[in-house]
Amino acid sequence: MEETNKMEETTKKDEQTSTQKIGIYLWIWLLLFVLSFFSYMVDWYQFQGMLRWSLILFFMFLKAGLIMAFFMHLFWERYALVNVLLWPMTAIACFIFLMTAEFKYTLFSRFFYFVVGGA
Amino acid sequence: MSEQKIDGFELKPGFKGMASDTGSDQTMFKGVHWGKAMMWIFLLSDTFVFSCFLISYMKGRGSTIVDWPNTSEVFSLYVGGVPVPLLLIAIMTFVLITSSGTMALAVKYGYEKNRKMCGWLILATAVGGLTFVGMQVFEWSKLIHEGVRPWGNPFGASQFGSFFFMITGFHGFHVSIGVIFLFIYTYKVFAGHYESKKRGWFTKMKGDYVEIEILGLYWHFVDLVWVFIFAFFYLW
Repeated sequence: MEETNKMEETTKKDEQTSTQKIGIYLWIWLLLFVLSFFSYMVDWYQFQGMLRWSLILFFMFLKAGLIMAFFMHLFWERYALVNVLLWPMTAIACFIFLMTAEFKYTLFSRFFYFVVGGA
Repeated sequence: MSEQKIDGFELKPGFKGMASDTGSDQTMFKGVHWGKAMMWIFLLSDTFVFSCFLISYMKGRGSTIVDWPNTSEVFSLYVGGVPVPLLLIAIMTFVLITSSGTMALAVKYGYEKNRKMCGWLILATAVGGLTFVGMQVFEWSKLIHEGVRPWGNPFGASQFGSFFFMITGFHGFHVSIGVIFLFIYTYKVFAGHYESKKRGWFTKMKGDYVEIEILGLYWHFVDLVWVFIFAFFYLW
């Protein structure tokens, strides 16, 4: 019994040392504010076209990455967990690719039959 | 955060560690609390749900021959007679990020067994979430008042309303559930359930501050989804 108590104490100590310094959370927090401000500025200055879309995607992925890596602790997790979580995202990428082809086809047929009037 | 050492065994880092963890004929996620692993699996499935919504939105918006409403104008607020684009959405984004930051700190103070600080920070997170939902209610009622319906709206393509209500509604529902749990866990922390090892509901699991990290994972996920909605629905 005493030994298990001792073990609990040591694990408690280990847990305490494994928490991160407060500075890293505050930095990520500040970065998220700054990045959100920048992505709002994209709309404020009415950037258009490729510049708008690439900036939106850039800030979005940066913010998402920071939240997942540091706020959700993935940066410190073991690869067994990280890989189980991140690889399924490729299925989403495939789905996006497929549906891009699909909406282009739908748009084409709508123009062809509703606007042009068919063959 | 999982330990790098378990029962005196040094765990290998990186892909080698992943190979030995996976092929160890034991628990695969070494040093990860089961509740945390389960929350991650749930969040993964939730990611797919939200992805399907956003992809269907992409498909709907991409295939309509009517112009999509200009979100910059639709979501603008008048301040002193001047329209400010996306003002409410920007404030909502900042409120949600603020609450995400307080949650991250709550998890940290929880692991340090700083009960008071942890409790106050979770309460602050809950209040932030409540503010967010409140502003969303305001946004919805404003748009409904302006004639936006799931089947049509005065600004452009009729699909706009259905995607808007579906996507922001489902996100708002997640926030609301999160707020309820944040208030419950505020109570649990202040009542000292994690010091007295009081058991939770429907479980033999003894109360521990790891529950705050699990709650935090959910809350950060809600913020994460908003990052994507903000980018694709409001800014695009």
